[in-house]
Amino acid sequence: MNKNLKTSSRLKTDKPNSIQKFNHKNLLAISQLNQVEIVELLDRADEMAKVSLTPQNIIPSLKGKTQINLFFENSTRTQASFEIAGKRLGALVMNMNVQTSSLNKGETLIDTASTLNAMRPDVIVVRHSASGAVELLSQKVSCSVINAGDGSHEHPTQALLDALTIRRHKKRLNGLTVAICGDIAHSRVARSNLMLLNAMNVRTRVIAPQTLLPKGIENICAEVFTDMKKGLKDADVVMMLRLQHERTDGQLIPSAREFYHFYGLDKKKLSYAKPDAIVMHPGPMNRGVEIDPSIADGAQAVITEQVEMGVAVRMAVLNSLVGKSAHNNMGHNNMGHNNMGHNNMGQENE
Amino acid sequence: MSNYKLIKNARIIDPATNTDKIGSILIKNTKINDISFEKTINAPQGATIIDAKGLVLCPGLIDTRVFTGEPGHEYKENLRSASNAAAAGGVTTFVMMPDTMPIIDNTALVDFIIRRAKATAKVNILPAAAITKGLKGKQLSEFGLLKKAGAVCFTDGRFSLGSTATLKSAFTYAANFKMPIINHLNDEGLGASGVVNEGLMATGLGLKGIPKEAETIPLERDLQLALKSGVKYHGAQISSASSVEIMRRHKKTNSNITCGVSINNLSLNENDVGSYRTFFKLSPPLRSEDDRAALVNGLNEGIIDIIHSGHDPQDVEVKRQPFAQAGDGAIGLETMLSAALRLYHSGESDLITILSAMTIKPAKLLKLKSGRIKIGSPADLILFDIDFPWVVDESKLLSRSKNTTFEQAKLSGKVFYTFVSGQEVYSQKGENNVT
Repeated sequence: MNKNLKTSSRLKTDKPNSIQKFNHKNLLAISQLNQVEIVELLDRADEMAKVSLTPQNIIPSLKGKTQINLFFENSTRTQASFEIAGKRLGALVMNMNVQTSSLNKGETLIDTASTLNAMRPDVIVVRHSASGAVELLSQKVSCSVINAGDGSHEHPTQALLDALTIRRHKKRLNGLTVAICGDIAHSRVARSNLMLLNAMNVRTRVIAPQTLLPKGIENICAEVFTDMKKGLKDADVVMMLRLQHERTDGQLIPSAREFYHFYGLDKKKLSYAKPDAIVMHPGPMNRGVEIDPSIADGAQAVITEQVEMGVAVRMAVLNSLVGKSAHNNMGHNNMGHNNMGHNNMGQENE
Repeated sequence: MSNYKLIKNARIIDPATNTDKIGSILIKNTKINDISFEKTINAPQGATIIDAKGLVLCPGLIDTRVFTGEPGHEYKENLRSASNAAAAGGVTTFVMMPDTMPIIDNTALVDFIIRRAKATAKVNILPAAAITKGLKGKQLSEFGLLKKAGAVCFTDGRFSLGSTATLKSAFTYAANFKMPIINHLNDEGLGASGVVNEGLMATGLGLKGIPKEAETIPLERDLQLALKSGVKYHGAQISSASSVEIMRRHKKTNSNITCGVSINNLSLNENDVGSYRTFFKLSPPLRSEDDRAALVNGLNEGIIDIIHSGHDPQDVEVKRQPFAQAGDGAIGLETMLSAALRLYHSGESDLITILSAMTIKPAKLLKLKSGRIKIGSPADLILFDIDFPWVVDESKLLSRSKNTTFEQAKLSGKVFYTFVSGQEVYSQKGENNVT
């Protein structure tokens, strides 16, 4: 690991020092980051959010760089977000949508990786339906790779944008209670969020019927609830997940109607959370399945702000991995999943 | 003109008779001619004399679960390359699974394998025939004729026969011919979509888990049907502590049942999967360390009878995939003994127990004359150095496929000589002190 991570002093003006705080080639998973790196990325994203309001002030740090968005799974919003983020930083952005259904999936992945690599991009943003596929691809290319969601494994930029949104509303992360509700078993958003929030000393809760709770989940969150009202009690943040019918087979939950009755977020259930609790959703929403329309469009919802922060976070990530100032990151490939125990490194520096 | 070989000054370990003594063995042509627990025997003139200098001499290993690519997928492995790998690993006999293309479910294929093995292979290759035609789990194959043609047991290979009605008739009909049935244990409903052991690790990696019930439910079912039918039943491979307990319970009332364990499940655990390492994607999956320890205990107590390699060559394209899409299986013929010796070196098991599970116990299941050191038995023997340190280098493995779970593993113990029917089929010359 980067030895500089142990330094907790951080000055916003001290740019060279701050660059050394994020010394990765790839962003494959939140589990590869420690607390200091997460805070650093959130701070940079905050800056990006500010300059995004005045586009003339953006430094085109990715000018001359090539970014490929390689999506094996359809996603309008994530792809658009990465595209805008890249373009705002001056990168040449190319979108590739690979429909896996018509081709042998594995061949496509490895073959596409080496083909694209030969075109010498600077960064590839990848989404794939199989857990671990993005990491596999990263081993076959020489440029930076950003995981835009792999199967049920991780979706790191979503967790970062969620954390940024929370921090902007609550002015802190440390000590908050965040309840994540819905299909935990199949959700990469839930996993990435748990990794990140745990690293930031947030009290994490998950709420779901037993059939949508993966084995061992109690080891990666503070509390597990099957009763939504109990789970939401005094929560600062309510994070809803999209229910993906195609993944539940009709065996894990009998119907959307029943799910809504017990786990859909409505006024009554939300009243158990703190009065100033914010409601989040990674989108796209199923109104009337996991969330009541009045909540989705209500005062406590921060869902469109999440989208806005998405662009800022992705700009920060792109800039940190391949931006002009990130010249010293190549060859320091600190990827891997061995950082889970680093939650207590450094102090959150708000 | 008789051909004699004398192996003298060897540490003879014969698990069948619980023997572990320094002695000498005289081979005449294809069979063991004399055994003496003196340092040497007076050899007939012209005999080849091998001074073992204290190396372990034991029966050649019998591996009950090996997949080859011949016929149909020779680019993965053919009988010749599999037998070379076997000889290097001290395996003098292996049972070949029927999952080939075409499938070994008729007498012509059994005959083909036997003739092909005789022509190209250095070790004994015994064909297992499919329980059901085309491994489809419906129509029984011709047990009687297949036995006559030379099939040694019936199994649907990597498929788990799941229909209770078909199992019941297969068991009953196999009992009629006194043939063992070997069933892979994986409940299709519970296990089909999973790719790793169910638990925290699967959850963290976002991979679908295989619960242990995917194994215990079919095992319990099979054992109840086995008792009723009187068949000689062998649970192909168990992976969990619960399965050991089920076997323990049933063995009290049924002496016709046995079970096996893959060397992978015995020496590795789920953590070896690491970050999506597909060579460790196996069926049954690697389970927790507690499960592994329970399997070792089961072996020590005789609840688990047989250790096999589960040798399953897969080419790069099958393995270089996202984890959930990659194929199952790992090669293991060349590393089985050395990996099993880890249990000896770590003090988890004793030598006789380990070797017994790869020699006399499979010999008994398959009614073979080998697997023991006895005058008149086939001279299928190996000499190995119990401590010899080596590092597994996949490029040096003789198997055509390189999907080993022991890549770069540091192992202690190595085969130096392998004899099949008195013929030397492998020797590691130059690197050992045998003369």
